[in-house]
Amino acid sequence: MTTTTRPGGTATGTRPAPTLATRLRRAPGVAVTVLTVLLALLWVFPLYWAAITSFKPEQETIANPPTLWPQTFDVSAYTYIFQNSPIVRWYLNSVFTSGAITVLVLLLSVLCAFALSQLQFRGRTWLYWLVMAGFMLPFQASIIPLFILVNRLGLVNDNLGLILPQLAAPIAVVIYKQFFDQIPRDLGDAARIDGAGELRVLFSIFLPLNWSITVSLAIVTFIAAWNNFLWPFIVMNDTSKLTIPVGITQVQSAYGVAYAKTMASAMAAAVPMVIAYLLFQRRVTEGVMATSGLK
Amino acid sequence: MLDTLPPAARTPERRLLDRRRAGTAALLVLPFLILYLLFLIYPTLRVVQLSFTNADLTGAGAWVGLQNYTRLLRDPTFWTALLNTVLFILLTAVPNTVVGLVLALLVVRLNRLKNVVLALFFLPFVLPVSVVTNVWNWVLDANFGLVNTLTGSTVAWFQDPVWALPAVALVTIWWTVGFNVLLFIAGLQGIPAEIYEAASLDGAAGQRLFWSITWPNLWPVTSLILLLQLIAQFKIFDQIYLLTQGGPFDKTLVLLLYSYREGFQQQHGGYSSTIGVVLMLVIALVTAVQARLTRRGSV
Repeated sequence: MTTTTRPGGTATGTRPAPTLATRLRRAPGVAVTVLTVLLALLWVFPLYWAAITSFKPEQETIANPPTLWPQTFDVSAYTYIFQNSPIVRWYLNSVFTSGAITVLVLLLSVLCAFALSQLQFRGRTWLYWLVMAGFMLPFQASIIPLFILVNRLGLVNDNLGLILPQLAAPIAVVIYKQFFDQIPRDLGDAARIDGAGELRVLFSIFLPLNWSITVSLAIVTFIAAWNNFLWPFIVMNDTSKLTIPVGITQVQSAYGVAYAKTMASAMAAAVPMVIAYLLFQRRVTEGVMATSGLK
Repeated sequence: MLDTLPPAARTPERRLLDRRRAGTAALLVLPFLILYLLFLIYPTLRVVQLSFTNADLTGAGAWVGLQNYTRLLRDPTFWTALLNTVLFILLTAVPNTVVGLVLALLVVRLNRLKNVVLALFFLPFVLPVSVVTNVWNWVLDANFGLVNTLTGSTVAWFQDPVWALPAVALVTIWWTVGFNVLLFIAGLQGIPAEIYEAASLDGAAGQRLFWSITWPNLWPVTSLILLLQLIAQFKIFDQIYLLTQGGPFDKTLVLLLYSYREGFQQQHGGYSSTIGVVLMLVIALVTAVQARLTRRGSV
């Protein structure tokens, strides 16, 4: 995978053929490398700018010329938003709902995919096509009937109303099925002859063999659930029930022109994702590639 | 093993086992299937039905036949939204793919710095949309934003009729290009070194290598990225809603935002559903066309 292989890095392998990477590296030299690094730094500069703004006192945020580092290092924007907005509540809402979505998506998908891949039953092919068809159905297009349905079920402003529709995603089912299809049938049959039930076969043989994709899917699902905007925005109206990405957009206007506070709330919402990404970088990229259909 | 038993050997015990296994299958499949049917398939069918009614936001309404569709055809706001959506796609899908490819070509040649640089380009992609819009609202702020302070410009980027849509497109590219870079790098590393070896033995070099080998071998990834872009940008809502709310003067009004406005703000559930149906048809069409092209291109 991209982050682990380093083609041509040590040129003494068994195959001397230079890869594309080495070929490109040889050609234009140091200048392009420097340019690439500068470009990458420029790319994250808006984030840096937002971060340092959040540590400036309000009057310094609009200083001209702008200061690249806070002249007065000030955390009052953070203490203000933590004291004057339900940001802690939103954190907890996000942690709870994203966690529940992640666990349930993986559990439901793994059960369904195992049956699709390993069990013979009537309607199996039909069901698989139905799941595949889900890729072409954008839930955004049917947001009105979805809202009407959730409203009828009495789940507007309810965590269940937030969670349940997000479980209807076919992607994890398809990925798990592809992975399970690669496992030899004999492996499961051997366990069955020894008297293991299907759940036992799934959880003690099939799932451990796919542990790495499970971890990657879990992280990608969690990030997607945490970052989801449209559905939480529509289904939650109570300020105290919002998730953090929706919440920070609601209070912004209450600050008026208060850049440090706005940036502080943005940073508060961003930090968990940045940390998750930096900690699990390889898992995130693997999960992204699996869910995009590339692997 | 078990499957190779001839049919004659299907004893009553064996049949019982089969039936029990079918029962197990149902138990495994049903939890997902019920939620899937209820929260994805049913709303999809229902949006089509609603589009033929004058329903409000509770779903109550009478059958009005094709009225919503005829209204749609004569509704200038709908055409504005469709045009803006297409403009937005032009401003994002192709640039995002090209920028992604260029960055991937730059990143893939790095050695020790590769992971760090890729992480920097990819980082914005993991951020919630509202963080992205907050950050850019600040950077492009008309009075105190970094860009205007440094350049002396006085353009109010997200309120300017000319600049609003390109500005949202720029933010979108910044936010999502890391995803494309990642896929392109995977694609570039998947091209076997032997092909380059053979080509350079034949005397090919530089640009020639790129256009005769890299580009054709990269086409499956490129078309995948274009497809994902197209579908994502047809459904564009979040950034637009947060940055411009469709304004100024509907210059950034896109299909999903119009559907949202009609449905949730005007309580026109039926008409909103009609826009939803159009959106769904367009996306299905794009997917089908692209699936066709990809199949032909990759073989």
